[in-house]
Amino acid sequence: MERSTWRTKVGLAEMLKGGVIMDVTSAEQAKIAEDAGAEAVMALERVPAQIRAEGGVARMADLEKIAEIQEAVTIPVMAKARIGHFVEAQILQAMKVDYIDESEVLTPADEEHHIDKHAFEVPFVCGARDLGEALRRCGEGAAMIRTKGEAGTGNIVEAVRHMRKVMSQIRWVQSLRADELMAASKQLQAPYELVREVHESGRLPVPNFAAGGIATPADAALMMQLGAEAVFVGSGIFLSEDPAKRAKAIVDAVTFHDDPERLVAVTKGLAGAMPSLDIRKLDESELMAPRGW
Amino acid sequence: MSIGVLALQGDYDAHARMVERCGTTAQRVRCPQELKRVSGLIIPGGESTTIGKLIDRWGLHEPLLERARQGMPIWGTCAGLILLARRVEGSDQYRMGLLDVTVRRNAFGRQIDSFETDLPIRGFPGGPIRAVFIRAPLIIEVGPEAEALCETDAGVVMVRQGNLWGTSFHPELTDDCRMHRAFIELARG
Repeated sequence: MERSTWRTKVGLAEMLKGGVIMDVTSAEQAKIAEDAGAEAVMALERVPAQIRAEGGVARMADLEKIAEIQEAVTIPVMAKARIGHFVEAQILQAMKVDYIDESEVLTPADEEHHIDKHAFEVPFVCGARDLGEALRRCGEGAAMIRTKGEAGTGNIVEAVRHMRKVMSQIRWVQSLRADELMAASKQLQAPYELVREVHESGRLPVPNFAAGGIATPADAALMMQLGAEAVFVGSGIFLSEDPAKRAKAIVDAVTFHDDPERLVAVTKGLAGAMPSLDIRKLDESELMAPRGW
Repeated sequence: MSIGVLALQGDYDAHARMVERCGTTAQRVRCPQELKRVSGLIIPGGESTTIGKLIDRWGLHEPLLERARQGMPIWGTCAGLILLARRVEGSDQYRMGLLDVTVRRNAFGRQIDSFETDLPIRGFPGGPIRAVFIRAPLIIEVGPEAEALCETDAGVVMVRQGNLWGTSFHPELTDDCRMHRAFIELARG
């Protein structure tokens, strides 16, 4: 018997396809998310929009908070560690969280190195803006990739950019001759073996999810139609006017992302979305997506 | 002929890829109309509470029971097993209530306790299969209508009851198509 193999790590990501992973900051919110049909929750102290508004160093969540959320639900509970902060990750592993998000939403602890995720038994998800970044994270052991988007803005534009980039670069790699793959690997700054894998399979080596700026059912369905296999919703649910209803609507929009008539039915009558930001008006230093490389 | 894969949430992709590797069409099933076209149905792994809510929300409960009564083969893996069960220990969550078993959710622990191992299945030729367990359930009681086919040290992990199969583990995450081939043969009738 082998515990925590590559198959069981990627396997849990496979189990999470077609659903919604929701950020929650209390046991009560976790219950609301689960009742609405969330397939997993991300346990946090503050959602990204609050982190953005409050400033300062954003770290791994309070462990009491994580434990309280683990107690409240039966679905998987994820938690975030700072980029490169492998001790936060060790602590989260000891807490037996089901997935660790090595996340640009928190303040990076290392501007050069990401966590060696192969060294852990718990699986990791990492953000990416393009195929090279996605494959570098897979090379370090990420068992799930998500777009970075621009978290806490309620603005889908960056997640769209990142997903389109990843998908079009996958199509490009597929179209190459075998003897062109080393140059592609050099250009993408990605491990050659993984570039070859993408060339053969036409998809990322691990499940490919969307995150960062999803605020409406239509946003979630857009990401699914662009190639996402599931979505993370951060601030978009619990900073909206009617979280329970919006949570359910986003779940339904992911299930029927390609069926506009059902999208009408799930979207109609929703109360207001979260407060949003124009990313072009943000200062460079306020952007989260460029954190990590 | 096509094999349906319930595609409300979970690892429906992995199952569909296996069915297609066996040379059979895989049809995603999310609503009653899509269920009408299939000769057998796989209920994938995922979150049983989530999938259960969506079965109910999208009006699939009665149509699923009707097809099961007519003898359509149904195979539930992991969450799918929980959804097929009659009894779920300590939970009143949605279930179809077809398999005469009691299951215990997350019986092996959290994700960090997920594992894989080789297991023989009684009456199944070609040697043991690689069984992948992910936050897996255990069958803690097998009623008179169901038959246990496979065990780990912890207890029963596969049952059959007529045309219904339930497995705690995920053959769809391996390269071994034998169980999918056998299920397709069953659906072909």
